[in-house]
Amino acid sequence: MLSLSAVSAGYGSFQVLFDVSLEVPRGEAVGVIGSNGAGKTTLMRVISGLIPLRAGTMTLEGLPLAGLPAHRIVEQGIAHVPEHRRLFPRLTVEENLRIGAFIPRARRRFAAQLDRVYALFPRLKERRQQPAGTLSGGEQQMCAIGRALMSDPKLLLLDEPSAGLAPLVVRQVFELIRRIRGEGLTVLIVEQNVQQVLDVVDRAYLLEVGAIRLAGTADELKGNRFIRQSYMGL
Amino acid sequence: MDIFLVEAIINGILLGGVLALLALGLNLIFGVIDVVWIAYADIVMCGMYVIYVLYTHYDVPLLFACLAGIAGMAAFGVAVHLLIIAPVLNSAPINQLLATGGLLFFLQSFATLLFGTDFRNIGVRLPVVEVASIYISFARLIAFLFGLIGAVALYLFLKRTYIGTAIRAVAQDRDIVGLMGIDQRRIYLATSAIGGALAGLAACLLVLQYDVHPFIGNTFGPVIFMICVLGGLGNMIGGFVASFIISQIIAIGGYYSNTELSYVLAFTMFIILMFVRPRGLFAR
Repeated sequence: MLSLSAVSAGYGSFQVLFDVSLEVPRGEAVGVIGSNGAGKTTLMRVISGLIPLRAGTMTLEGLPLAGLPAHRIVEQGIAHVPEHRRLFPRLTVEENLRIGAFIPRARRRFAAQLDRVYALFPRLKERRQQPAGTLSGGEQQMCAIGRALMSDPKLLLLDEPSAGLAPLVVRQVFELIRRIRGEGLTVLIVEQNVQQVLDVVDRAYLLEVGAIRLAGTADELKGNRFIRQSYMGL
Repeated sequence: MDIFLVEAIINGILLGGVLALLALGLNLIFGVIDVVWIAYADIVMCGMYVIYVLYTHYDVPLLFACLAGIAGMAAFGVAVHLLIIAPVLNSAPINQLLATGGLLFFLQSFATLLFGTDFRNIGVRLPVVEVASIYISFARLIAFLFGLIGAVALYLFLKRTYIGTAIRAVAQDRDIVGLMGIDQRRIYLATSAIGGALAGLAACLLVLQYDVHPFIGNTFGPVIFMICVLGGLGNMIGGFVASFIISQIIAIGGYYSNTELSYVLAFTMFIILMFVRPRGLFAR
């Protein structure tokens, strides 16, 4: 579904990604693992159009994405849950969800989408009139994922969904990701929490200093000695 | 209580309504676009001239002249954004201030060129109503009511519509709104149009009370900035409340001394309050 080929990108004179190629097949969950500063967030920002790619190609279902601004990429069916969640703190939970359905296609189906998100996250329904800034970390992550789902995406990008959450909440968030997968959504997830992410994805890539070092199925990577030693502390 | 003091207090409240409208417009633009329109009061001046010319020279009915003034200033707001703000959007704040400050001198000089420095009025004199031996200017009453209606309409727009919610979202986190499918540039244009329209509405309300001249913006421009800073720049509710505080200081001060001295008093209070609460009375 999503295909990146030899993508390079960076900020100013600072290059972050070098010839990154990856495939996210329809209906699968794919993980990108790597340490801090490996370029994981930059990769996500390139896919969603927040920063331009310098070289390479990027397609969604065969249609080129390169050069489209972020707000057009949402219309193509990619929703991005950014790092640190980035909710609008003084908008209510429901207003945050409404903003998620800003594109015309999603606006027409707002009521149905809202029901779907509230069914997935009953807690959000309880807190719908509360400013999003007053939610707990886990609830904020739910709200951020819900906001992304409101655009009715084909592909969901999750950037560090476990960052800054308590271990118990991290487990809940991964449980939710498993349920979203169960609905047939295609997911690309970037994580430092290697152990947990390899339990929810089908396949994964290892990103190191801006380049893909390893690729394989989740089971292959879990069994890989280098990954076990360097990233799982085993 | 002294009946003239009551009159002064009522006049203060009525003045606050129009100031609140302008404070809302300036705060909206600052909060969303992160730019201060130094020439905001001079856009009001332009709106007053539009109404004046349409009404006195072209015999357009006053209501339609006012609607044209509002629509015209909304379009003018968009033009200000496209021609002056957009090119310096990512420049240092001082450059943005200089650009809109330049607009201020341009508008004042251009108005002087077209109309000279004469004080002109539209020749509409609305009655003064007497309630329990208190005299209230009907023009001020209208100005207050429409000021409030404008504020409520703006509130409902920001609260109830997709564009309004997007405008508030941009004010809170401008860097990620693209991920929601929001085109930031379009939100900036919508915000500039609303800011311009609010200036146009204020022009309608002021042209009923005051003569228009090229430098009328100087008489209330500084007061609006003082209000916005006092309420916390970008804080719309703070600005709304501060409008009524400042207008009361001016009105009651004017009752005990004279109008000129009441402005001195208002600015003195402002300086003192800035020492006590440097980020505004209602800083979060």
